[in-house]
Amino acid sequence: MINRILNLADNNLILCQRNGEWCGHGPILEQDIAITNITLDLLGQARLWYQYASTLMNVDNNSYSEDSLAYRRNEREFLNILMVELPKGNWGFTILRQYFFSQFQFLLYSRLKNSGDTTVAAIAEKSLKEISYHIKWSSEWVLRLGDGTDESHEKMQDALDDLWPYTGEMFIAANFENEDECNELKIEWLQKVSPLLEEATLNIPENTFMQTGGKSGIHTEHLGYLLAEMQYLQRAYPDAKW
Amino acid sequence: MLNGNIENINLLLGEICDPEIPVLTITDLGIVRKVFEENNLFIIQITPTYSGCPAMDMISMEIRMKLIENGIKNFKIETVLSPAWTTDWMSENGKKKLAEYGIAHPNKFNNVDAGPKECPQCHSANTILISNFGSTACKALYQCNDCKEPFDYFKCH
Ligand SMILES: [Zn+2]
Repeated sequence: MINRILNLADNNLILCQRNGEWCGHGPILEQDIAITNITLDLLGQARLWYQYASTLMNVDNNSYSEDSLAYRRNEREFLNILMVELPKGNWGFTILRQYFFSQFQFLLYSRLKNSGDTTVAAIAEKSLKEISYHIKWSSEWVLRLGDGTDESHEKMQDALDDLWPYTGEMFIAANFENEDECNELKIEWLQKVSPLLEEATLNIPENTFMQTGGKSGIHTEHLGYLLAEMQYLQRAYPDAKW
Repeated sequence: MLNGNIENINLLLGEICDPEIPVLTITDLGIVRKVFEENNLFIIQITPTYSGCPAMDMISMEIRMKLIENGIKNFKIETVLSPAWTTDWMSENGKKKLAEYGIAHPNKFNNVDAGPKECPQCHSANTILISNFGSTACKALYQCNDCKEPFDYFKCH
């Protein structure tokens, strides 16, 4: 159960850190603001999950907090999927990853909303309203760039080729997930994603080997650098507060 | 005996303004969900607008300060997430104040977001969406086709 919550929290936090790299560097001001607002939602959701995880973990004492979970765990303790830790790439890559992730989040949280655990259900319900915007925004951009100029189309197709091997991990059950549910999610996700990619004139790569490991703590070489930057302050000055 | 009473606390909460939209109070926004008494404590339940809203920590702090300043010490602030906050909870008075401040208020038609009713400057209904995300997560950016003035629209949520 705790790993389930940490996986949800870590997915959001790590993607949030990646997207945050666009702050002040977006292609135009409005879209810079859009990606950072989406990122703020992801961070808010991550905080809710970390707060809940820390209350579950604090059985004997109060040694865990949302901050300790975000800033004091090592690479191998993070349970996020690999897709979210990949470098931000170009704008097309960021957009496509956000779309894949938001669409996955929407389907997963729609299930969690019916969880018997009232805290899980409440966080999912709250987040779903925000995720709907994220899907709307990112899917519009996938279309615009995919079915855009020759150059934007080519960049989107490259992004798709690079990202696709990392999409399988969302649906390969980890020890905190149910295999049947993962299979159902995969079918539902493909039903959503495939028509949009087709409309955006993008081709899904065939016979792709799917990368895994993130959900059991085995990460790409990129996560360590990301954590080094994100955790620096709390590592150098433990318990520093605003 | 508890210092203060529920009516009095509600009045005090109605004086606290949202840090990002200072014309609205937290009660106008529907952030305060419930105030009640339990085991010699006043429980103040608040709900976040958006999960990532950076104003929430500040709002908690302002509630704390306001009550303490007014001699009320036995209280606890609780965050509730469900039911999730919706702009349907915004008071009519709040909507009026928003428009006067230059932000178009949430506008629903047949239960879906219909976009701004009118430009808050010249009241023209002829407006166009510039970006789904405005200066904060809760707003979108529009422009008036008549007076050409850009303006924020508080999205339905
Ligand atoms: Zn106007």
